[in-house]
Amino acid sequence: MKVTIVVRRRPEISDPQGTTVSRALSDMGFAGVGTVRINKEIELEVEGDDTADVERRVTEMCERLLANPVMDDFEIRVAE
Amino acid sequence: MKAAVVVFPGTNCEHDVAWALGIAGADAHLVWHRETDLSDFDGIVLPGGFAHGDYLRTGAIARFSPIMDEVKRRAEEGVPVLGICNGFQVLCEAHLLPGAFHQNRDLTFICRPIHLRVEDTDSILTRAAEVGQVLTIPLNSYEGNFTVHDPAAMRGRVLARYADATGSVDDESNPNGSVDNIAAISNPAGNVAGIMPHPERAVEEILGSVDGLVLMRSFVESMEPARV
Repeated sequence: MKVTIVVRRRPEISDPQGTTVSRALSDMGFAGVGTVRINKEIELEVEGDDTADVERRVTEMCERLLANPVMDDFEIRVAE
Repeated sequence: MKAAVVVFPGTNCEHDVAWALGIAGADAHLVWHRETDLSDFDGIVLPGGFAHGDYLRTGAIARFSPIMDEVKRRAEEGVPVLGICNGFQVLCEAHLLPGAFHQNRDLTFICRPIHLRVEDTDSILTRAAEVGQVLTIPLNSYEGNFTVHDPAAMRGRVLARYADATGSVDDESNPNGSVDNIAAISNPAGNVAGIMPHPERAVEEILGSVDGLVLMRSFVESMEPARV
């Protein structure tokens, strides 16, 4: 199964890249751009056909390695 | 007094650290990250660099290096464990220290001497220093921006903060955006410590500062001969 994970820095934690991109867009003349956040997308090919089981395994992967519980949230999408 | 200097693929400060430990009075040995026995060592240092290329996140892969279980075991036995820069990041990812690191506030790689104010001397890194002492040592990092869930819970565990030359701690003296200007912390027992700037690069006059010596000496003085 193809699994897509989005790792996001928690909203309360600053995102220096996002702030810089927001400022650059404004400098370029794009008006009306507020907060920008740069996230990380990870794609996995995972063996198995039980969506719930794949989700459970990928959740553990996120908790133990792919995201940092101190500063990240993550979202898992499994393509059936 | 034997100190282990752990070398991961991508570590690049191991020789400087070994040299500085020698000046501070220790017998330093480089130990490859695939080793699994550190029972012969009285202290362990994780030096700076880019362990495992900093892939995924700084320290995230290094945490799973074979030697890390042994570093944890020795830390639980009370052996002094010090992480410098990337080594500090590895200790956080390994949950030996709280918190995490992300990119510097201004997205610049910072490589210059900065000032630190010593906040607590009850640790293997600061025991020979004095509270309020201002040290000038080099900072050399892009992901030195320290963050932690609950900064209030860090009370008593903050060993040094970024400051100006007079020891004043404020936003202006914060080079990288670290929460509460935190530059160095310890675990509650005080035997595991991490510092983002590089004390090993300030141990001889020719380097421009000898202020790192008091920190390296603190570490060496904390080591007791291993009972083998």
